[in-house]
Amino acid sequence: MAAVQDHGHSHGHDDHHPTGIMRWITTTNHKDIGTMYLWFSFAMFLVGGTLAMGIRAELYQPGIQILEPELFNQFTTLHGLIMVFGAIMPAFVGFANWQVPMMIGAPDMAFARMNNWSFWLLPVAATLLVVSFFVPGGAAAGGWTFYPPLSTQGGLGVDMMIFAVHILGASSIMGSINIITTILNMRAPGMTMMKMPLFVWTWLITAYLLVLVMPVLAGVVTMLLTDRHFGTSFFNAAGGGDPVLFQHIFWFFGHPEVYIMILPSFGIISEVIPAFSRKPLFGYSSMVYATASIAILSCFVWAHHMFTAGMPVTGQLFFMYATMLIAVPTGVKVFNWTATMWRGSMTFETPMLFSIGFIFLFVIGGFSGVICAIVPIDIQVQDTYYVIAHFHYVLVSGSLFAIFAGIYYWLPKWTGRMYNETLGKWHFWLSMVFFNITFFVQHFLGLAGMPRRIPDYALQFADFNMISSLGAFGFGLTQLFFLYIVINCIRSGEKAPQKPWEGATTLEWTALPTPAPYHSFETPPVVK
Amino acid sequence: MTDFKPAEYKGHSGLKYLRIKSRLKSVKISNHVGGYMSSKLVGLAGVSALALYSSMAVGSKYNFPEPQSIIAREIYDQHIWLMWICLVIFIGVFGVMFYSILKHRKSLGYKAANFHHSTSVEVVWTVIPCLILIVMAYPATKTVIAMKDTSQPDISIKVTGYQWMWGYDYLHGEGEGVSFFSKLSTPKAQIENREPKGEHYLLEVDNRLVVPVGKKVRIILTANDVIHAWWVPALGIKQDAIPGFIRDTWFTADNPGIYRGQCAELCGKDHGYMPIVVEVLEADAYSQWVAAQQGELKAAAVQATADAEKEFTIDELITKGEQVYAAACAACHQPNGQGIPGAFAALDGSELVNGPVSAHIGIVVKGKTGTAMTPFGHLSDVDLAAVITYERNAWSNKTGDVVQPSEISQFRN
Repeated sequence: MAAVQDHGHSHGHDDHHPTGIMRWITTTNHKDIGTMYLWFSFAMFLVGGTLAMGIRAELYQPGIQILEPELFNQFTTLHGLIMVFGAIMPAFVGFANWQVPMMIGAPDMAFARMNNWSFWLLPVAATLLVVSFFVPGGAAAGGWTFYPPLSTQGGLGVDMMIFAVHILGASSIMGSINIITTILNMRAPGMTMMKMPLFVWTWLITAYLLVLVMPVLAGVVTMLLTDRHFGTSFFNAAGGGDPVLFQHIFWFFGHPEVYIMILPSFGIISEVIPAFSRKPLFGYSSMVYATASIAILSCFVWAHHMFTAGMPVTGQLFFMYATMLIAVPTGVKVFNWTATMWRGSMTFETPMLFSIGFIFLFVIGGFSGVICAIVPIDIQVQDTYYVIAHFHYVLVSGSLFAIFAGIYYWLPKWTGRMYNETLGKWHFWLSMVFFNITFFVQHFLGLAGMPRRIPDYALQFADFNMISSLGAFGFGLTQLFFLYIVINCIRSGEKAPQKPWEGATTLEWTALPTPAPYHSFETPPVVK
Repeated sequence: MTDFKPAEYKGHSGLKYLRIKSRLKSVKISNHVGGYMSSKLVGLAGVSALALYSSMAVGSKYNFPEPQSIIAREIYDQHIWLMWICLVIFIGVFGVMFYSILKHRKSLGYKAANFHHSTSVEVVWTVIPCLILIVMAYPATKTVIAMKDTSQPDISIKVTGYQWMWGYDYLHGEGEGVSFFSKLSTPKAQIENREPKGEHYLLEVDNRLVVPVGKKVRIILTANDVIHAWWVPALGIKQDAIPGFIRDTWFTADNPGIYRGQCAELCGKDHGYMPIVVEVLEADAYSQWVAAQQGELKAAAVQATADAEKEFTIDELITKGEQVYAAACAACHQPNGQGIPGAFAALDGSELVNGPVSAHIGIVVKGKTGTAMTPFGHLSDVDLAAVITYERNAWSNKTGDVVQPSEISQFRN
């Protein structure tokens, strides 16, 4: 929506930097750091995916075949932690690093050195998590939510996990302060807040959520640590504490965290849908308000994760109503995307396919979310496979599909080359089919009574578990195919024009050559 | 998980049966909704997926189990009702979207319009969802209020979660004083695939919770070690059991029968192996069961008094201790006493087990805070004396110590 009046072409010929490994270790360039974030998150995605394959292999048939119960619990715990903190969140920070400066006409991030530091903390934390599998007692096995007193029982692996969460939290806080400062202070002349691309808006709001809740997470893991080693009893009833206190604090972080993982997806989808509909985004300002409403509401719904923990009837009703309310701004977003497509002139390249797939499946995840919000029904489905199905519909076909959409959309700008459209479409359709085979049937498992986090199950669950496992193996292999598509694009893709997408209107397409130069917008563009 | 009769488990032949069944049902459903679907061929994939979903929701074992209490019935009905609302919205939204996808394509030469704003439309699609939510929330609110009303029960039963079994104490009403533990009874050989799996694989216990039909049963929950959750789907109740705190919930079973459930909160290694089986009996049968239980309890009390005074021989204690060890300790410390390095301590050659008796009794009875060693004070004096004696004389441990029940009772006092 931002039309560029004037842009100096003084950039692009000044990209001296160290070469080899030192370029990456010492870099303060937002594009290098964005690239590292994205590759790091992909590596973690493969690690977390490997754990998922292990889980699904064990659940392929009833009985214990390959993972003993204790190791199975370690797999589910680390799968969750690695996917949330290692794969999805860093991927979005990678997008922010690449795109926020280019979309607002800034030369780089506000705190370039801190940016380097917030990335390089990540591999340290990831190493702690992965290595914890090999220490005596193994990795943390109390679930990614690590409720005490179970998590006070674990061994060294739990301490390594706590430390990793501290580091990841520090990294996220630095990253979000950087993003907030960049967006508020470094926009090109003429780019008012209400002219910012929606991706930038969603990240601004997400960054505020991160600054709000990551310290809460750091606090609660610290309390857990002192309970484990320094004789406190925050969560130990025998010492006057309360195990449920942990759940309240954890979910005060944990529910906004869910939106931290989905709001930037909304941003990406809101860029892609108009570009391929060749029509401006419908209801721009209501999209901004809806994003802000979702963020604010997300801070008042945490106890819907705890409906079976026991709370007064007024508590249950308040959290039920507040949770249901989130469906309204979320619905507004879906209606706006639909209205954007309506009477557009659509084409269906891979980013558009993933975006439509996102909306379609995210809505299913939204419906199951409303069902989970209804307290009496939640009493039945809480801690079952129904919940697993629900949050994989919003996190895999939600966040992950949006990440794929964003990667295909911006890959030409980043690499200067086009990906192979046929292969991209194959990636979409295979992901779509295998995803649904894996997770749709899990709704039935949950309704029929299969609890989550069990390594073995009663015989009436056997058929759907086998289907789900086969789907999961297919989905896993499909993502290796994605890796091939990206490498193929970088190495031998066709040269991309400055603006390969006819309907794209944001600054990175209209004002920068392809590939984006190492230093862009040293002279800010002027936005009308 | 109501009892159902699966044809005996033959690999995955059940899959075929299920597919045929669901296909038959979806045919029926699509005839039914065919009226409004035939005009638009839109959103076919999504519609058929959801039609399949609701088709399976009618009386299939892949929906909630058949409700056996008023609360379970309300939950079941509300879920179906919500599914229909969702289906209608889904068809509406994706009908529009897929129509647009089919018609408004560049490849068909469609030129893009340029509208991008309409306040009135935005207000409409904000207000309508709010109204739909109110329609959804109203019946749910009534059910929430009903499910929280645990007043005036006929029978109160305390349920205690242990790693990894349940303890039941009948506190009040007919059956008062009855008390027992309930553990998974599926043989290890079935779990390890050395034997064919039985009909109620992982959903069978040694002692069922027995209640009378048509009486309000208040369940009072707590836990001994970590958080567990007591869940019986057919009765529509699930409640976390939290160590050091009391929670409660209730049910009134509509029909006699056997209803199965599982622990629903991750509680460590054997979380998947602590099922719940509730047996609902007619009033007469329940009274007979209570009488039999109380008779056994009296006999056991007499035996316990006698045992408390009795001096056992080391062989008697070791024989009994081996059984107690297999039931209570071997899950973590392993049958060979080696434990699992880093997670569960080895007892074979352990300093504590070969050290002073009092420290050994202390850790078994009271547990060790901050570790996986939970208190075992719920075992009887005889069982504790036996298992401690066994541990001190098993594997390479050769202390020769004999611990008598009287020593345990002294420690407790």
